[in-house]
This record gives sequence, structure tokens and C-alpha cells, in this order.
Amino acid sequence: MKEILSRITKDYLYRLVKEGKRLDGRGMYEYRDINIDAGEIDPAEGSARVKLGDTDVYVGTKMDVGEPYPDTPDTGVLTTAAELIPMASPKYESGPPGEDATELARVVDRGVREGDVVDTTKLCIEEGEKVWILFIDIHVLDYDGNLFDAAGMGIMAALLDTMVPASRFDEADEDEDYPLPIEHIVVPATFTKIKDQILLDSQLEEEKIADARLTVSLNENDEIVAMQKGLRGVFDYESTKECIRKAKDICSETRDKVVDEVGRENI
Amino acid sequence: MSDEETKREILLPGDEIKQEGLKPGKGVFKKDGKIYAAKLGVKTIKKGYVNVAAQSGRYDPQKGDKVIGTVTDLDASYWTVDVNAPFPAVLHVNDVPWRVDYGDTASYIEVGDALLVKITDVDEQKRMQITIDEEGLRKLDVGQIVEIPPSQVPRIIGRGGSMISMLKKYTGCKIFVGQNGRIWIDGDLEGQYLAIKAINMIEENAQALGLTEAVKNYLKEETGKDFDE
Repeated sequence: MKEILSRITKDYLYRLVKEGKRLDGRGMYEYRDINIDAGEIDPAEGSARVKLGDTDVYVGTKMDVGEPYPDTPDTGVLTTAAELIPMASPKYESGPPGEDATELARVVDRGVREGDVVDTTKLCIEEGEKVWILFIDIHVLDYDGNLFDAAGMGIMAALLDTMVPASRFDEADEDEDYPLPIEHIVVPATFTKIKDQILLDSQLEEEKIADARLTVSLNENDEIVAMQKGLRGVFDYESTKECIRKAKDICSETRDKVVDEVGRENI
Repeated sequence: MSDEETKREILLPGDEIKQEGLKPGKGVFKKDGKIYAAKLGVKTIKKGYVNVAAQSGRYDPQKGDKVIGTVTDLDASYWTVDVNAPFPAVLHVNDVPWRVDYGDTASYIEVGDALLVKITDVDEQKRMQITIDEEGLRKLDVGQIVEIPPSQVPRIIGRGGSMISMLKKYTGCKIFVGQNGRIWIDGDLEGQYLAIKAINMIEENAQALGLTEAVKNYLKEETGKDFDE
């Protein structure tokens, strides 16, 4: 379904943004209420549900034993997929993943992969023959903007919650289940640019009039592990630097929230 | 307030309505001489008819309703308008106050324009005809639109329009509440902001009693004005 925001609503949003205000009265660099629940889904190896205002995302992980890729015979395999179902928003249709779903999965996957969140070398069972394959699935239940951060936090919480199901597989390296080897804690912060104003955690209406979007993923040492710009607009050098500066404080807060919720420190 | 309305009984589909001497209205069905709720919603009794109004969901179009729509598409002789109903409504060139030449629709109303329209006809499939060629109906060029669930429109208007007139008075805004749950607000930025806050407050506490009083206190506090004195 095509969604069109009426012109006068757009004008109002622009006027608000110009005066440094937001629809719900938040500050420009303020998140909506974040609510993380880890380990809600029993059949999954690890799971988390993240509510960011009215945005509602489930992340689950599942593990299997399989063959490694030929070019990386000694490392486990990581795959991320996102599902945007019609229940989440009238603009999503059922069927194979579309552009939005693929982008969401790729952007958050990049943070996890390039940030070395999971120590994939420890997921090797027998070099070139058998490795653990880790599936991360993102299910969006309700879309009210900023899926990237919700999914990013959800993935981190779900990975921290994941137990490698070694006891279920004969070919596994151990007899007992053990926690997934986590090396770094990475969370994203997504900035949206509307005209010349930059804001964090855009809600649905703001996302509809956004010119550009920048997702910065940082690890616990404030190192940038992934960055992704989206939409057609541009960020100039100064505003990009500003986003990164802001992201340091923002990410350290969300990182604490994620770790607190899962209550597991195995870095 | 009568007993009926203070309770605001919420029914589940299939719940029997036990009260005697009522006729089935909307959102209910009759089986073996008994009346049952057909959807999840609040029971209301009006003129001897019992109705169940859904708590959420899309707008159920009624002939004669004034609603706010957004133009989503246009053709040589009509516009397609989204009014938050199951289907988009069709606005034909005969139903506008201008003489529009064939193929010249875009110079009068464009995609993205907001319109205040009246529903002139609804068929069994909820497909609608609408008009803008009537007193008070127009294209909305300024202000902004907020959305609430259509079921809560009566709460925003209030008893005899008490809530809406209070909102207008305290915020200094022009406000029009469409039956489809879209509310048009125009005024200075502060006023609009306050109006939205108040509307959100009503939306969140729609089932609460004494809501008008609570909203009035909130508006008094925010504006520092008091119209009761």
C-alpha cells in the first residue's frame, strides 16, 4: 500500500524541526523509552524483544552444524535475516524480503560482523568440515520508525542470551551447552537528517520526511565498527563528525541497558 | 449521566446482551431471539437500539459523515482519496466546486493535498463517493492533521461538544474533528503543540471518567489561562 503523508502535515513537521522541536517533545538526541526483554522465546537458542516507543521488534537466534565456506574453513558462519510482515505496518506486504527488509538485515549484520561481536573462530568444530552456523532472525511486530536501532539492540541482547546447543548435536565439540563466545558489545545509533537538523531515533512521521540517515555502530571501546548512510540526502563532513561524537555517549548508554537486561558478562 | 454510560461495558465477540426490549443495531447479531456482540468493543444504547462500537481498527464509512482525507492518486476525471476506510474514496470532477476540464485535475488538487470532504454514498462493500462541493468543505492548505482511532472521536468532541470547544478556547486553534479519526488543527505553533498534547491525553485515557475536568486542569496549568472565572 502506498503511504502518502499529507502536505500540511509535512509542513508542520518542517516548522517544528526548524524550531528545534519534535512531535513528542523529546530532545533532538534523545531516545524514546527503551524496553528490552531477553530470553522470552524458549525454542530459540537466544532471543530478545525490544520496544522503542511503539516500535516493537523480536530477535531470535538459532544454531545448526554445517559446512564452512571454502575461503574461511576455520570460522563459523553468521547469517542475518529480517522479516517485515503486514502486521507491522500497512506498507509491508507478505512474500520474499523486499528492499527495506534486506537493508535492515544488512545494516545491523554489518555491525555484528565487522565489530567481531561473535568470535567465529571458536565456532569451528572441525576445520574445513564442520562449523556452527548462527542464524539471526529479526521479526518486526510493530513499525513506528527506527528499526535499525531496535534491531541492533535486539541482536546484541539475543546474542548475549544465546547458548550453543552442543548437547543436541552428536557432531558437536562439547557435550554440554555453553554460552556463545562474545568478544565485543556493539550497538548502533541511527541519526536522521531533516533539512539541516539532525535527530536521533526518528519516529514514523519523521522518517517519512527524512532526507538522509546515518547509522553508526560502536563497540565498548568507542571504536567505529560499521557505518551506513541511507536515503538520498547527504551528510557533510562536519555533521558526520558531530554524529560520531554524539554516538559515543548515546551508545554507551544503550550498551549498558542491553548488558544489564541480559545480566551476562562473558567478554 | 445515566447509569448506562458511566459503566462503559466492554464486550467480546459472542457475548450475549442480556438486557430486555432492545433492538439489534450495529456491531451485533441476533440468533434464536437473543442478541450477541459481533466484535470487541464498547456497548452503547441509543434510541432503543443496542450497538457495539469497535475499540480499534479502520473507519467504518457512513453516509453523510464529514471526514478528512489525503489525495493519493489522480486521473483525468477523478481523484483517489484515502480517508482511513477499508477502500480509498473516489472524488469525481463533478463533485468539486470548480469546472475542471478533462485531464486538468492536477491543477486543482494534487497528490498529497489534504481535503475536508463529505461522504455522499457508501455501498455494501464500503466503497464510497465523496464530495467537496458544499458549504464548509474545502481543501486544507494550512495547519496539520493528527490521527486517533475512529472509535474515540466522540470522546474528543465530548458531551454536546464540550471537550472540543474547550480545546479550541484554551489553545486558540481552529480544530475540526473528522468522523474518520483525523483531526485538523490550525493555529500558532505553541497552540498546535498544546492541542496535540491534549488530544494524546484524551486518547490515552479515553475510558476514564471525569476526563473533561482532567483535560481542563491540564490546559489551565499549561496556558495559565482560566476561562471559568
